[in-house]
Amino acid sequence: MTGESGATDVVAGLTDLAVWFPTPAGVVRAVDGVSLTVRRGETVGLVGESGSGKSTTGLALLRLVEPTAGTVQVAGQDVTRWSRRRLRRLRRRVAMVFQDPQASLDPRHTVGASIAEPLAVHRLAASGAARRDRVAELLDLVGLRRDLAERHPHELSGGQRQRVGIARALAGEPDLIVLDEPIASLDLSVQAQIMNLLRGLQRELGLTYLFIAHDLAAVEHMSDRVAVMYLGRIVESGTPAQIWREPAHPYTAALLSAVPVADPPVQRSRQRIILAGEVPSPIDPPTGCRFRTRCPQARPDCAQTDPVLVEIGSGHEAACLFAGEAVRAMRAQPVNASSP
Amino acid sequence: MSGSDSTSRRALVALGRDPLAVTGGVVLVLLVVAGLAGSWLAPAGINEVDVDRMLQPPSWAHPFGTDELGRDVLSRVLVAARVSLQVGAVSVGIALLAGVTLGLFAGYYQGWLDNVLMRCMDVLFAFPVLLLAVAIVAVLGPGLSTAMVAIGVVYTPIFARVTRAGVLSVREQVFVRAAVATGASDLRIMRRHVLPNIAAPLIVQTSLSLAFAILSEAALSFLGLGVQPPEPAWGRMLYDGRGFVTDAWWLGFFPGAAIFLTVLAFNLVGDALRDVLDPRQLTVSEARRNAG
Repeated sequence: MTGESGATDVVAGLTDLAVWFPTPAGVVRAVDGVSLTVRRGETVGLVGESGSGKSTTGLALLRLVEPTAGTVQVAGQDVTRWSRRRLRRLRRRVAMVFQDPQASLDPRHTVGASIAEPLAVHRLAASGAARRDRVAELLDLVGLRRDLAERHPHELSGGQRQRVGIARALAGEPDLIVLDEPIASLDLSVQAQIMNLLRGLQRELGLTYLFIAHDLAAVEHMSDRVAVMYLGRIVESGTPAQIWREPAHPYTAALLSAVPVADPPVQRSRQRIILAGEVPSPIDPPTGCRFRTRCPQARPDCAQTDPVLVEIGSGHEAACLFAGEAVRAMRAQPVNASSP
Repeated sequence: MSGSDSTSRRALVALGRDPLAVTGGVVLVLLVVAGLAGSWLAPAGINEVDVDRMLQPPSWAHPFGTDELGRDVLSRVLVAARVSLQVGAVSVGIALLAGVTLGLFAGYYQGWLDNVLMRCMDVLFAFPVLLLAVAIVAVLGPGLSTAMVAIGVVYTPIFARVTRAGVLSVREQVFVRAAVATGASDLRIMRRHVLPNIAAPLIVQTSLSLAFAILSEAALSFLGLGVQPPEPAWGRMLYDGRGFVTDAWWLGFFPGAAIFLTVLAFNLVGDALRDVLDPRQLTVSEARRNAG
């Protein structure tokens, strides 16, 4: 099942999704108007700093957080108002891999029991023997020895645990797997192994991923399309080539310039865009463009108008009033990285 | 709990190294033997009245002496072990079942259900243990089974609280969210993920409560609200012996010693279990103070 790039059927989508959390300090607008589609067989990368709302967006696809507004569609059905009982069926269609594999596996359950949980929940195995066979098959798929089924999570390494988490996500043969920072808590050498495993599984099984990460290199490596989030909004989306070669939103450009280049002369000579200040509070986001308080190219208009995503190239969208232009200006007049 | 093999094995090894826990364990084994085979081990029938042998002090023929009706005290103490064990098991069983269920639902669903259930528990908890037990027995009528129900009700709030506290911390764990994400039902999550992870404090609480339950039964029987004569019970024997304290100390001494040793044994084992499984729990003295 290779060459899925031509497939266009939408597996899951979000339309104008908002997820707000009431807190004593005010309403946190974790996600505030996000639209996103994921097509069969592709990987959509979702990047952003912590607090940008990318994980909440992923959770919303399983309805693990309640949408405040907007809709969630999975397999052509609007699941926004589904009852708790029906949601359990949704959670077979959409599976999730969590950031911390240690915390996401019940310490009292064996590896086999953890992997078999979706099989038990959705009655996917006719007998105990069938279940054991399926668990063995899943362990093979993720590259773990079959006898590890009898072990407990604390007996495994971090990478092995994450493989168990992936096997559990695969068990119900979901249409979409939400990978929520699946490599962020792993050692560097293990990160590459897990990414290769995920890509191999995708090729072999025709899987669809929503890959949530703050590691830009990982996102570029994994994704067919990328969406960049800032303060609860998508500010730019496109193919990795479009975004890495010609970022149109100043935030994307700044994010990319923060990634070190593995070539010392280039790394020394290239421009770095250093953003001033902190991410504003999602309780009280700035008026107009949310990025304007940190944008080196902010203009008076930016405080007035809240920019929407506009197509600036084939499948390349940016939410900036001066998309493209602002980034070109930033590069022409480099921000002095070392200025106090 | 298939997942706790290594934990429970480690706990058993640690218990084996604790001389107090081993002592308590030995006493408990003897108690269980007495409870199961008491009437068979007893040298005389429990209701063998012999007016020629009234109030005899301990001797080779009657190691614990005889009572005012000439009955063999050793035999009655041995047979009464069964009652104590039964009361402990049944009343703690009731408290465990009710308390864990209530605490599980309160802690898992939180909100108004939590408020209603736990405020009810607070009300029960506010009464001194014996007062509440006496009130329940007064309503239901005296007897062994009502005493067991009363003690079970009295100890329910402790289990509800211990369970709820555990549920509150476990339900925030990522693995619970992961189980929700697989589509598992609430009941399945409670049974398969939450309960096994709060088993340690519950086991500790169970062993400590067994001691308190036996003590409560003795008190109820002492007050004439528990086991009815001529059936022997330690508390009742203590009561009957109180009029002879100066003339026949053995009437009160041996049943009292039996209560003392049993409660001590459960507390020793319970304390050791707590040290091994759950260092954050209350000590016995704290728990007793809280229990009123």
